[in-house]
Amino acid sequence: MSRPGQLAVLCGALLIAGCAQPLKPLYMWENFSRQQYDALLGTQTSVDEQIRTLQAHADKARASGAELPPGFRAHMGLLQLSAGNTSEARSLWEAEKTVFPESAVYMEQLLKRLNPPITKPAPT
Amino acid sequence: MININVSRFFLPAALGLCVVFVGCAAPRAPTDYAAFLQAKPASLLVLPPLNESTDVKATSGVWAQATRPLAEAGYYVMPITLVDETFKQNGLTGASDIHDVSVQKLRDFFGADAAVYLKIKQYGTSYAVISSDTVVSVEARIIDLRTGQQLWQGTARASSAEQQQQSQGGLIGLLVMAAVKQIIGTATDAGFSYAGIANHRLLSAPMPHGVVYGPRSPSFGQVPVSPR
Repeated sequence: MSRPGQLAVLCGALLIAGCAQPLKPLYMWENFSRQQYDALLGTQTSVDEQIRTLQAHADKARASGAELPPGFRAHMGLLQLSAGNTSEARSLWEAEKTVFPESAVYMEQLLKRLNPPITKPAPT
Repeated sequence: MININVSRFFLPAALGLCVVFVGCAAPRAPTDYAAFLQAKPASLLVLPPLNESTDVKATSGVWAQATRPLAEAGYYVMPITLVDETFKQNGLTGASDIHDVSVQKLRDFFGADAAVYLKIKQYGTSYAVISSDTVVSVEARIIDLRTGQQLWQGTARASSAEQQQQSQGGLIGLLVMAAVKQIIGTATDAGFSYAGIANHRLLSAPMPHGVVYGPRSPSFGQVPVSPR
């Protein structure tokens, strides 16, 4: 192909790319969608391994200054809870709420259930 | 000599522009975004999709692929694995039962501004004599949980046959495929991969007749494609 032809094709491709795609993603996703899929199906690896994978993802995001997606911390909290680490779960759900205030109502519902009532309701 | 070079340059360039306009033009009637733009939902609760296909993995596949395009469009999306757990703890395991829960109850518990109701029309690989084809086809509605009003509806389809039929999707289709290849990453099962492509077309912004940008997007407030 001639050089002007190549330029024209490149120019056309850039125009189309410009109208089809935003340039920079808001979040670093890695394999988060896949991990949620596996979790829904119940075909995932051990809880500890899932937590390690997410931790590596979080470290990578921090190192590159990228944002973690909505629900990332919440999902990790759920894994920590099933691994028996209640305090880790609590701090991750608090973190989800802080980073994404839109989640506040739901995270409060979950946190409320995490704290068993100290005084049992009096029988009536 | 110069004249020949100039025509060689301009003919492909003109063709390229034609493809741009054909690709971006909306052949359908314009989508009415008035209610969606006015409601400005910030948080979305994606409910487990209704599955009309025969593939038992369809609900999980389409559900897990819905968060990313909506989050990148600028919305907070309720964490689906926790939502799944919450419904189970309340004795709701079937998508159809969950779709019947009142908007008021969903609003009270999850605090989301709107809910996304998905329906899977087709999902998975059908094996035919000449060629086998993986197809995922999804319908979506977004309902405002504060008012019960429908804000948007859409439908999208992705198929493995598109790679052979390049005339259909054109360059845009190919570029979307290329973009989605990154999204699906190391995914191995075809249904899940094509669910990613279908949902990208259905739920990301900007797409013709697609969802409007959410508050977390730098493009919040713009209509995705100017209706003609």
